[in-house]
Amino acid sequence: MADAQTASGRSIAGLLTARRGGASWHWTDVFTYVYLAFGVCLMFGPVLWLALSSFKTPAGLLEFPPTLLPLGQIEVEVDGHDKPLPLYKVTMEDGTVRELAQIRRIGIIAQMVDPNDPETSIRVPIASREPIREFRVAWENYTKPLERFNFLTYLNNSVIVTVVATLITLLINSMAAFGLAIYEFKGRNAVMLFVIGTLMIPITIILVPAYLVVTQLNMVNTLWAVILPGAATPTGVFLLRQYMLTLPRDLIEAARMDKASEWAIYWRIVLPLSLPAIAVLAIFSVMWRWNDFLWPLVVLNRSEVYTLQIGLNAFQGELDVQWHYVLAMTVVTLIPVALVFAFLQRFITTGIASTGMK
Amino acid sequence: MAHQSPAEIDNPTFGERFNAVAAWPMRVLFGLLETPFRALQRILGIGRMPYIFLLPNLAFFGIFVIVPLIINFAFSVTGGDELFLNERPYVGGEQYSYLADCGSYLDPQSCREDRFWRGIYNTITFVFFQVAFMVLFSLVTALILNREIRGRGFFRAAFFFPVLLSPVVVALIWKWILLRDGVLNAGLTSIGFERILFFVDPTWSMFWAIFVSIWAHMGFYTLILLAGLQAIPPDLYEAAEMDGTKRERVFWRITLPLLWPNLLVVIVLALIKAVQIFDEVFVLTGGGPGTATQFIVQYIYTTGFANQVQNFGLAAAASVVLGVVLFVLTLVQLAVTRRKEDG
Repeated sequence: MADAQTASGRSIAGLLTARRGGASWHWTDVFTYVYLAFGVCLMFGPVLWLALSSFKTPAGLLEFPPTLLPLGQIEVEVDGHDKPLPLYKVTMEDGTVRELAQIRRIGIIAQMVDPNDPETSIRVPIASREPIREFRVAWENYTKPLERFNFLTYLNNSVIVTVVATLITLLINSMAAFGLAIYEFKGRNAVMLFVIGTLMIPITIILVPAYLVVTQLNMVNTLWAVILPGAATPTGVFLLRQYMLTLPRDLIEAARMDKASEWAIYWRIVLPLSLPAIAVLAIFSVMWRWNDFLWPLVVLNRSEVYTLQIGLNAFQGELDVQWHYVLAMTVVTLIPVALVFAFLQRFITTGIASTGMK
Repeated sequence: MAHQSPAEIDNPTFGERFNAVAAWPMRVLFGLLETPFRALQRILGIGRMPYIFLLPNLAFFGIFVIVPLIINFAFSVTGGDELFLNERPYVGGEQYSYLADCGSYLDPQSCREDRFWRGIYNTITFVFFQVAFMVLFSLVTALILNREIRGRGFFRAAFFFPVLLSPVVVALIWKWILLRDGVLNAGLTSIGFERILFFVDPTWSMFWAIFVSIWAHMGFYTLILLAGLQAIPPDLYEAAEMDGTKRERVFWRITLPLLWPNLLVVIVLALIKAVQIFDEVFVLTGGGPGTATQFIVQYIYTTGFANQVQNFGLAAAASVVLGVVLFVLTLVQLAVTRRKEDG
């Protein structure tokens, strides 16, 4: 045992101290690894804890201190009792330990029975018994909200908002970017300045009047109220235009020679060539829409039109929070983003690094 | 291509089939839209086509951003609780003077609209600490991720992924940890401390509001700084190494001066974001306890939408004030980015 420890200790130390060119140690080397280890725990830990907790039963969630893994108490069938009884490990007065099932509890006395001898009931103080538990996953946290609450409606609304809004954004942003990148026309610089200017107008400062506009258009409590106002993103126009500027102009001139209409040039030539930039915008748009909170909170007041985020906020704000459902629904809300991140991380990080926007 | 067998030509791969299926709606859409656009081009001429392409986007901008921006002022100078402007009486600067009516500006208690001033003071506290620690931690993280370490991609992803999480999810993740019977209190009691009711204590609530928002957004700024660090020419470091320059000196003399433009951008971006803090903290603390973590955006939201009496005029006036602050910050940002681009 001691040998193994020193051996592994040496190899870890060897790994850590292996340095290029045998340069001497610097305090920053130690700091780097301590910081990274601590950082990884701090970033992943809370999410893992959420995921683990979401599989616990309501009783398991109430425990303090909490257990790491989701555990459930073992229940046994005992002759003469309709329902399965919870199993406990009981320390008897003479010091022996027995596995007994509990029939009922009266104050501080529990009435127990030996599953192998269902006839005789035994009375023990509750302090001397301890539940016997096994690893058990409470899938019902995930399945119940689907049946009982509007959870599926919320999910559905979120998907509709995200998909429709992203499609509209991609279409109108790419059209505008095409207009700004390909043509020389009067007022182009003014429009460009306008686009950059609106980049800086967040929804937070136009909440009231934007609500008025949406009310005038009769869109309050419809999904359109969430979809349309944010569709014309300045970020998207800017990002796509910068990309389209780099496309070879000869291609467009050649197409014009062949009598292609301007629409055909946009749709058949420029759009396919701009796919990398469009992909970045599509990912951003999906993230913006899926995670959107303040504006939907203002315009969606009826539970049928709630998006996931608003529904989740409503659940967690209830007087008696049903954490086992809230946790499971939080995990479901997190999954699409986790998938996007797992597969498209490179797109996102280069997109942010090159535009400085998110 | 020449040696491709006939079977392969007849049986397209899954990817080709997928592309063919995916291209079909695109082709239909093209067919539908091409005819009207071609007609427009014939009528207007090619020179006016850019306006046609810009029209949908600008129309959306106009309706949902520019028009609201203008009528925001109209709201802020009218009173009453009606939403439609023609039903609202003109009150001039009354909303603004109501907001500004204070015995002493240093004491929110003495103000008629004390929630507004509490919101302002809370926002100032939040912005100060959040931006300072955000910049500090993103800088340290970027410096560390810029070193030659094994598994750099993994570590970068670890620090970045919370950026993508929704504010509601971020808040719930942490709320679950910080609850009375949460895992953090379990840890505290196991090492002999008393339980802390984090959301009942104003200072702790503010601390966690700041902490959680840094946790969620740090990755974004780290990424910008990392891009800046990687743009520093490596020969500078090689030259310094040859001269045997100490690392501390390298940092102060090479890294920091060359990173400074990026650092400025990060500071200003973080400021603009922090001033508008709402989502995470609203879900995490609800602005409480009392008004301890109520910020200016939450004031606008509750005044205009969540209160029994919806006071649109006051909310609009407050958002004009916020708009002015953001406008100034944006001008600073433009100046900073311009300087960075000019080198």
